[in-house]
Amino acid sequence: MSHFNFENELNSVLRMDGPITKGPGMRFERKAECNQSVNSSLNISTTAKTPMKNLNRSVNNPKTPSNAKTPKSSNQARTPGGSKAPKTPSGGDRFIPNRSATQFDLGHFKITTDSANSGEADNLLSPSQKEYQRVMSENLNGTDISSNKIISYKTKAPSAPEGYQNNLRVLYSSCKTPASSVKKTIRHIPQVPERILDAPDILDDYYLNLLDWSCNNLLAVCLGGSVYLWNAATGEIDQLLQMESSDQYIGAVSWIKEGNYLALGTSNGEVQLWDVAAKKRLRNMTGHANRVGALSWNSYILSSGSRSGAIHHHDVRVAEHQVGTLLGHTQEVCGLKWSPDGKFLASGGNDNLLNIWNAQPGSPLTNTTPLHTFSQHQAAVKALAWCPWQPHLLASGGGTADRHIRFWNCSTGQCVDSVDTKSQVCALLWCKHYKELISSHGFALNQLTIWKYPTMTKVSELSGHTARVLHMAMSPDCQTVVSAGADETLRIWKCFTLDEQKKAAQKTAVTKDKKSVFSMTSIR
Amino acid sequence: MAATATSNAITLKGSTEIVAEFFLYGINSILYQRGIYPPESFTRVQKYGLTLLVTSDDKLKDYLNPVIAQIKEWLYNMTVKKLVVVIKDVDTNEVLERWQFDVEGDKEALKDGKPRQKSEKDINNEISAVIRQITASVTFLPLLEGACAFDLLVYTDKDLDVPAKWGEDGPQFIANSEEVRLRSFTTSIHKVDAMVAFKK
Repeated sequence: MSHFNFENELNSVLRMDGPITKGPGMRFERKAECNQSVNSSLNISTTAKTPMKNLNRSVNNPKTPSNAKTPKSSNQARTPGGSKAPKTPSGGDRFIPNRSATQFDLGHFKITTDSANSGEADNLLSPSQKEYQRVMSENLNGTDISSNKIISYKTKAPSAPEGYQNNLRVLYSSCKTPASSVKKTIRHIPQVPERILDAPDILDDYYLNLLDWSCNNLLAVCLGGSVYLWNAATGEIDQLLQMESSDQYIGAVSWIKEGNYLALGTSNGEVQLWDVAAKKRLRNMTGHANRVGALSWNSYILSSGSRSGAIHHHDVRVAEHQVGTLLGHTQEVCGLKWSPDGKFLASGGNDNLLNIWNAQPGSPLTNTTPLHTFSQHQAAVKALAWCPWQPHLLASGGGTADRHIRFWNCSTGQCVDSVDTKSQVCALLWCKHYKELISSHGFALNQLTIWKYPTMTKVSELSGHTARVLHMAMSPDCQTVVSAGADETLRIWKCFTLDEQKKAAQKTAVTKDKKSVFSMTSIR
Repeated sequence: MAATATSNAITLKGSTEIVAEFFLYGINSILYQRGIYPPESFTRVQKYGLTLLVTSDDKLKDYLNPVIAQIKEWLYNMTVKKLVVVIKDVDTNEVLERWQFDVEGDKEALKDGKPRQKSEKDINNEISAVIRQITASVTFLPLLEGACAFDLLVYTDKDLDVPAKWGEDGPQFIANSEEVRLRSFTTSIHKVDAMVAFKK
């Protein structure tokens, strides 16, 4: 305390010509103060104490950690009074401070002595603390700052010209996510067909279904009035039949699930059943008033759709084959598909309607009124495909005026999703291995498009056909797709090939499956 | 150049030249490869058996040349410890990349002044390996999205008199960075280690 008083007095002695700091100043002085003062927070009435307050602060501020921990060891005088330094007396007059009265000189003096002290304080650090400080600064600066300087040229490098954009962006833009973190999902999809087969005289008719691939690896193709079987394993071609009259043609083919019988729909409204091994017609089922363009099997029930708009259920085992009639369409039925579990039948017609019929419990026949009628498509609905892994999910594609693929939840009747393909959708197939969908299109590109489900992002586009791709069928191993175009070619695409590991896994699954089938038959 | 291809002796002066030249080409390569300046402002130069791109922008040259000249001086005195190329986002001023070249000088060469034995061909091979790595780093470094600027930091001895045109600076580290160490080369007097740190 005493040594501050000494400083204080020393200071006032030095500034004898300064303004009177004790007591109110002269009137002219006060007036001048009012004008010049900016620092209003200081109070001049406690001039005797003010410097001490300043002092206190200037001493305490640059405290080193050691000071904080061991205040006793510090050689700096602490003013106990400082901590409880009196506030402005409550009854005090409000003085406007005089800058000259705040004693900058003393403050400066104290600060300079203080910085000298802090150097001493540095010496008071224990060696371990010094080491700690050094390591910290080395960590922070990447080098020992006490032995190094980091300098830079004051004039900075010129900036890149205005509007310049890093052209590496082009390199990076194709990959949205860092390659390292995301598992590679792209597989090689050959852009050219594995094989091209001629299909002379194939009818360029959107409303027919002229292609089907059996589980025995036989591909049935209708070329006008004849049906050919192409053995995909050996490459052999067999003609199954030829219509007697030249103006008659086959409008639909469908293999039974077991692959031994082939159903045909003809232009004169007949539904025929053929034994492929014997090359013999087993049945000829009449009943339709017009040509049959769509067929679908559900165990022993064959459903057929006709140009008249009627759908007939045929029980192929009994003499009275026609066991049901569905009248839900007013125009030609061009799409007909039973769901894999046999619970729903989807039918699409030229009247732009998509009907869902549900099977009667315990029977492969359906109710005669549709469960759902969807009218969202703006054109004929030919392309129909049931999702193999998600029951009750149906994909449907519309014709030229519609161009949409729509997804339906047939349990609820909701349209789950729709995507505009910009082109007539002729056929749709699901690939269960990759959770993908392939669609075949007409004008303008005549392409096949592979979509990722459910994001519906395009995986690949396969082009090659020179006219619309009317029909598609998938091989029994689900790896190959055959497409038939109006350009009279069949193209075979290996677009869903499995890698070796998956193939092996699938093989074991298949053999297991076969075993179970075998055991079932032996029980019978 | 003191160290010519005919002799295998490397003097301090020659070593300084080689390292300074490497810095010049290295910085130019970084600026080109990272797209800091438009590629059309660079010209092709044959160096170290590689085709390198060197800026032809006069303003940039006016910046680089005095800096390299100064660094050369410090290399000769062996007062330079590190050269750091800092790439910052212009708008946020955030440091995105930090190319660090650690220089280790053999102080004995400063004293005795004796030339060392190392063929220039070997040195050039080592340098070209480093430059090739800089070129190849585009494949793993993240894209610099916005407009970027660069700055050069030099770590020197504490007792160095900082020239008037130079000022003290901070280390400009990248928070949460990933580091990739590149190859190093040595002239047997100066050893240069290269490293790149980038924002994860």
